[in-house]
Amino acid sequence: MDFSLLRNIISRYCVGEEIWVDSRTVYIGHKEPPPGAEAYIPQRYPDNRIVSSKYTFWNFIPKNLFEQFRRIANFYFLVIFLVQLIIDTPTSPVTSGLPLFFVITVTAIKQGYEDWLRHKADCSINECPVDVVQQGKVVRTQSHKLRVGDIVVVKEDETFPCDLILLSSSRSDGTCYVTTTSLDGESSHKTYYAIPDTMAFRTEQEVDSLHATIECEQPQPDLYKFVGRINIYKDKEEPVARPLGAENLLLRGATLKNTQHIYAVAVYTGMETKMALNYQSKSQKRSAVEKSMNAFLIVYLCILISKAVINTVLKYAWQWSPDRDEPWYNHRTEHERQRHVVIRAFTDFLAFMVLFNYIIPVSMYVTVEMQKFLGSYFISWDEEMFDEELGEGAQVNTSDLNEELGQVEYVFTDKTGTLTENNMEFIECCVDGNVYIPHAICNGQILSAASSIDMIDSSPGGYRREYEDLFFRALCLCHTVQVKEEETVDGIKRGIHQGRPTSFYISSSPDEVALVEGMKRLGYTYLRLKDNYMEILNKDDEIERFELLHVLNFDSVRRRMSVIVKSSSGKISSNTGLFIGCSSCSWLYGYLFCVLPGDYLLFCKGADSSIFPRVVSGKVEQVKARVEQNAVEGLRTLCVAYRRLSQSEYQEACHHLMEAKLALQDREQRLAQAYDIIERDFVLLGATAVEDRLQEKAADTIESLHKAGMKVWVLTGDKMETAAATCYASKLFRRTTQILELTKKRTEEQSLHDVLFELNRTVLRQRSISGLSVDCLDFGLIIDGATLSAVLKPNQEGAGHGNYREIFLEICRNCSAVLCCRMAPLQKAQIVKLIKASKEHPITLAIGDGANDVSMILEAHVGIGIMGKEGRQAARNSDYAIPKFKHLKKMLLVHGHYYYIRIAELVQYFFYKNVCFIFPQFLYQFFCGFSQQPLYDTAYLTLYNISFTSLPILLYSLVEQHVSMDTLKREPSLYRDIAKNSLLRWPVFLYWTCLGVFDAVVFFFGAYFLFDNTTFTSNGQMFGNWTFGTLIFTVLVFTVTLKLALDTHHWTWINHFVIWGSLLFYVIFSLLWGGIIWPFLNYQRMYYVFMQMLSSGPAWLSIILLITVSLLPDVIKKVLCRAMCPTATERAQSTRPCLTVEPSTIFMLSQSSSRMSF
Amino acid sequence: MMASSYSAKDEDGHITVSGPGGGTLRNKKPENTAFKQQRLPAWQPILTAGTVLPAFFIIGLIFIPIGIGLYVTSNNIKEFEIDYTGDDTSSPCYNCAKNFSWNNTKSCTCTIPFQLDQPYESNVFMYYGLSNFYQNHRRYVKSRDDSQLNGNIDSLKKPSKECEPYASIDNKPIAPCGAIANSMFNDTLKLFYNDPNGTSVPIPLTSTGIAWWTDKHVKFRNPVGTNSNLTAVFQGTVKPVNWHRPVYELDTDPENNGFINEDFIVWMRTAALPTFRKLYRIIQKKNNMAPTLPRGNYTLVVDYNYPVRSFEGRKRMILSTISWMGGKNPFLGIAYITVGSVCFFLGVVLLVIHHKYGNRNNSANISN
Repeated sequence: MDFSLLRNIISRYCVGEEIWVDSRTVYIGHKEPPPGAEAYIPQRYPDNRIVSSKYTFWNFIPKNLFEQFRRIANFYFLVIFLVQLIIDTPTSPVTSGLPLFFVITVTAIKQGYEDWLRHKADCSINECPVDVVQQGKVVRTQSHKLRVGDIVVVKEDETFPCDLILLSSSRSDGTCYVTTTSLDGESSHKTYYAIPDTMAFRTEQEVDSLHATIECEQPQPDLYKFVGRINIYKDKEEPVARPLGAENLLLRGATLKNTQHIYAVAVYTGMETKMALNYQSKSQKRSAVEKSMNAFLIVYLCILISKAVINTVLKYAWQWSPDRDEPWYNHRTEHERQRHVVIRAFTDFLAFMVLFNYIIPVSMYVTVEMQKFLGSYFISWDEEMFDEELGEGAQVNTSDLNEELGQVEYVFTDKTGTLTENNMEFIECCVDGNVYIPHAICNGQILSAASSIDMIDSSPGGYRREYEDLFFRALCLCHTVQVKEEETVDGIKRGIHQGRPTSFYISSSPDEVALVEGMKRLGYTYLRLKDNYMEILNKDDEIERFELLHVLNFDSVRRRMSVIVKSSSGKISSNTGLFIGCSSCSWLYGYLFCVLPGDYLLFCKGADSSIFPRVVSGKVEQVKARVEQNAVEGLRTLCVAYRRLSQSEYQEACHHLMEAKLALQDREQRLAQAYDIIERDFVLLGATAVEDRLQEKAADTIESLHKAGMKVWVLTGDKMETAAATCYASKLFRRTTQILELTKKRTEEQSLHDVLFELNRTVLRQRSISGLSVDCLDFGLIIDGATLSAVLKPNQEGAGHGNYREIFLEICRNCSAVLCCRMAPLQKAQIVKLIKASKEHPITLAIGDGANDVSMILEAHVGIGIMGKEGRQAARNSDYAIPKFKHLKKMLLVHGHYYYIRIAELVQYFFYKNVCFIFPQFLYQFFCGFSQQPLYDTAYLTLYNISFTSLPILLYSLVEQHVSMDTLKREPSLYRDIAKNSLLRWPVFLYWTCLGVFDAVVFFFGAYFLFDNTTFTSNGQMFGNWTFGTLIFTVLVFTVTLKLALDTHHWTWINHFVIWGSLLFYVIFSLLWGGIIWPFLNYQRMYYVFMQMLSSGPAWLSIILLITVSLLPDVIKKVLCRAMCPTATERAQSTRPCLTVEPSTIFMLSQSSSRMSF
Repeated sequence: MMASSYSAKDEDGHITVSGPGGGTLRNKKPENTAFKQQRLPAWQPILTAGTVLPAFFIIGLIFIPIGIGLYVTSNNIKEFEIDYTGDDTSSPCYNCAKNFSWNNTKSCTCTIPFQLDQPYESNVFMYYGLSNFYQNHRRYVKSRDDSQLNGNIDSLKKPSKECEPYASIDNKPIAPCGAIANSMFNDTLKLFYNDPNGTSVPIPLTSTGIAWWTDKHVKFRNPVGTNSNLTAVFQGTVKPVNWHRPVYELDTDPENNGFINEDFIVWMRTAALPTFRKLYRIIQKKNNMAPTLPRGNYTLVVDYNYPVRSFEGRKRMILSTISWMGGKNPFLGIAYITVGSVCFFLGVVLLVIHHKYGNRNNSANISN
């Protein structure tokens, strides 16, 4: 990457000051342009080698180590390890070196293996064969040898080796079909076009004879954007320039379908392809738990340092007298004695640091990471989140945020495809004020506004006919639907015709499919697009043909699309002419009147707001009324209009379009201008209504989220009325909800300032009242995009009017539901950002299904993608992907809740157990002359965190369920108990730390008084310091494990196995460790220590006593809290239905009896 | 202790129809196993006042008798302690302590009379105790070579670096090396019973069985040379600086000489705390009915070799009988009684709380 960049810079520099800084010139077939046209500038591009691997063989070790030690924790342990190596420290370097080595090695092996796989994949891609045309012959070469300018032959079902410009295809119309599954996940076939000048090439020789250059922009990652121009040189003439767009660019990674072969020229290669440029890791999101974990770490680091400082100071105070410093029995070496006291003190400080460094456990990071990685499998394994229809379950793209799912306070959801099915159904159309309903819908249905309904088969008056015909034709023509004649196409499929069940309509927009299908039900069937002619089978089973001249594509800014067609000459006219006689006269009249063969017609359909301002005639009022009525019912409405173009007008439009399309710079903008000029002076034809049904259980899910204390915001691009209707249907707004409107309509009447202040007053007043009443009225806010941008605009009027942003946030905070309509994709992200940055810093979640939701999914703390119908982009960019909106409930209320309590316990417990572990060592320093004498043996120091106490907590953090899954689902309010990171707040942290300190004091002084100047064996023999340490360690391991056992609410057989197993392992290990004179050790201090200890009765008794005492406060705290002020969770736990009573323990019996007596 | 319900969640009765038409879609479907669906049958205990109550009472009922037993046992143990440091002018050892010098070749002897008020019936264990002696100092603890002590010839000739500065003198290795060995306790304590008729009877002191069996027989071993003579084996090494005799002359008994001398082994097990005692001798009970140490007057004769005044240490001689729970230590008994009582008391408190709040909670639950 760096190399190519450098090369680019160099090449640009060599080329000199160029106008092509932002574009590149590609010489097709490496042929120089004819002299005089332009200077031939050979440019250098990277070869087509794809490098996705991070390491090479020789740089793996240094680079990987560097990457790993960039993590602050690893670096800390490395420093500790080095300190242990350099200076004389109480513990051997092995104690910290071994765990660190283990962690580093495991990570390195994992990353190395992944990189090896990437290397292999790269290799197979780079070496896969490619056919290149050279000197009129097809030559087979390897993919990585491909150069920019090469002409490539790609056969059916082959993948494109680099980004190519299509020259010609085996299909006669110069098109080819492509799937981009591996790029954006959309499996539908897309059509790409060859430029008309080259589409006729059939053989290699012909292709090779092409003499042309391509000018195009420098590589950029946007998959759907490409601007370029091809200059074709024909004998001595001026070069012919043709525009090139995204529809000509075949992307690397896409696959050729339904086309035998194509010829194409390489424009971007290797790491400059759009696929490679898109291959970037997303920005890292960090969870709230991780942040508090880091805060705790800092606290512990301070504790560690202060401990070391205290001990160092005390040491030098204590050994002020030389008899204490160096009594006769314990001299220093000469070498040590000569060292300067400052150096000695610093060494001592480091030694204390090393002694206490276990308080920050190296294994915590490993455990947390393993917990997250393994834990995330439970999401993808969840059968309840599997969707039979899609055949897919939930998908985890990052496991870093599992616990964040339990912390969500704001949910931002898209409407279409997320709350609703995005499964469009054509409901009705309104032509010139008359309503038409397809048979299938109206059958058996009672319609409320029956009077205004006019069925299509009732005989209408002649004057209507013209509009009707135009309207239906408009809908049949103004779309980008493709007809697929096969069965196994994924995506949106519908049978077109009973007779031909193998045909489907396919489109990127489900609305269009619904409309075209609705038209079919009304008698007008769109057949195909053939040689630029659209064919329609009309009501009378005739085929009408229209020449498709231009498509003015849909975009979300304009919110409309248009086509310019020319009604076909000759044949159609004569056909219709023949039909005149036998069909109704009025129809004939209307038809002839409005669509004369050879007429240029512009059909446009789009959102009402973007059509009405451009309409000059038509029954605007009636249509508008109908549209609004439909919108209130939650239907998606589109308006249809047309304009008849004269020959000159058409030429002018063509001119505008061509000019814009040929532009290299600002093409988008110029196209938009061109569209704006062309799309005007419409005659309104009518409107359509399409229903988008609510997703299954969407209302239930939203209700649950509300109960769980989350605020749900709907962000949609839809119209306010439609969106509001959906909100009512999905119970986001209730009948009792007081709706506050902050819309353009209102701000036009009053100033934004007044509206905001008024709303704020309403909200505040209500709050002060509802402070007294029990059930407070809840508010719902509706805001539209225009107003929002006004609110968010930095205030120029100065401080006098206050900050709108703050007032807006204040209002939002008091609303339980907010609906933002008419949102542009970027505005969605803005809203999320606004809430994220508000002063409470709430955790946000964004959920959506379409490409327009990606920005907000990336912006929110947690992004969830719905595997929807509008492609896979949202799912691809999300942190988690689920098949349906209803799965969000389980995702948050069950999985999120579990992950949060699991990781919270994991973090707290890790700190607790290490306080218990290290604090006795600290206390021991006071009794060993601050000499850094470790209390425990090296093996215990090393293995405590690695094996004695690691598995139970890991398992706990994977399978713990403090409340059953069904309870969590049934009572969403339990989610409030863990809101705002409640299990990791400072008081809780303090409690755990105090508990740890208390336990440590109990362990240490228990053992101290037991050992105090007496013996406790029956043969009078004495125990030494290692027995002292082992006794404490044994109590420690048991206490810490049993503490976890007390916290475990969900004892599966695995819990039993791991908890008792790890205690057993400790005992067995200790027996073994002390049972043998280990030949490789230079000390045998642990020999028989453990067994001797166990042979003493008082040792057993004191172990039992100390464990009991250390566990007692926690038990009492738990019991008292539960009895005095139980949380909702605790209540839910105790009301758990008792299915079976296990009579095995004596406690159980006494308990049940005690219960009876109360 | 903590139990409420054993709810075995049965797996979902969701049976998927696996037909040939399923194809790839079926493969993606997660398996319906209890583990993957997080529905493993589980015991779900909760700690409530009701469940913990009986446990508290039981702990109280068990701990209090144990504590009383331990306390009584501890009280029945007879222990006699005498401080012979000699930093007091009235002390018989005052002169010895004052005149101590490392160069004295002849040991100073002092005699301390004492009286036992009660007869000591069973075996009596004789300890020496040191105070303010940091045997657990890190520099001290690691200053030994276990491999040398285990009889390794190489380590004998070339002691470990850890032994510095007690590893060698004039390039001759010290055996046994290290600070611990160098500072071995070398006072000799002798006991005499002053018969009422005026004669002074020496009391037989057993010097074996004072060290751990495993230490004596496995961990500590004399180096085995070409001949079995210890003197020859230790040829080429020097005695520790502060020792009067080399290691092969610690005892006349070959089974208690060299590294496997039990006094040495006992010293080498470093004590946990700066005030400690170590087993010195055992006074075996004679086979007749007479007490091991009858009531009366005794004399302790000390060969005063071990200086402690420089670090403000103290030296003691302790006579103690031993029960199954070791020497006199009231701590465990008191702790047991205290914890037992606390548990019992908490049980009562919880009973009240449970009675008071339990009902309220129940009603709250119903209203919910």
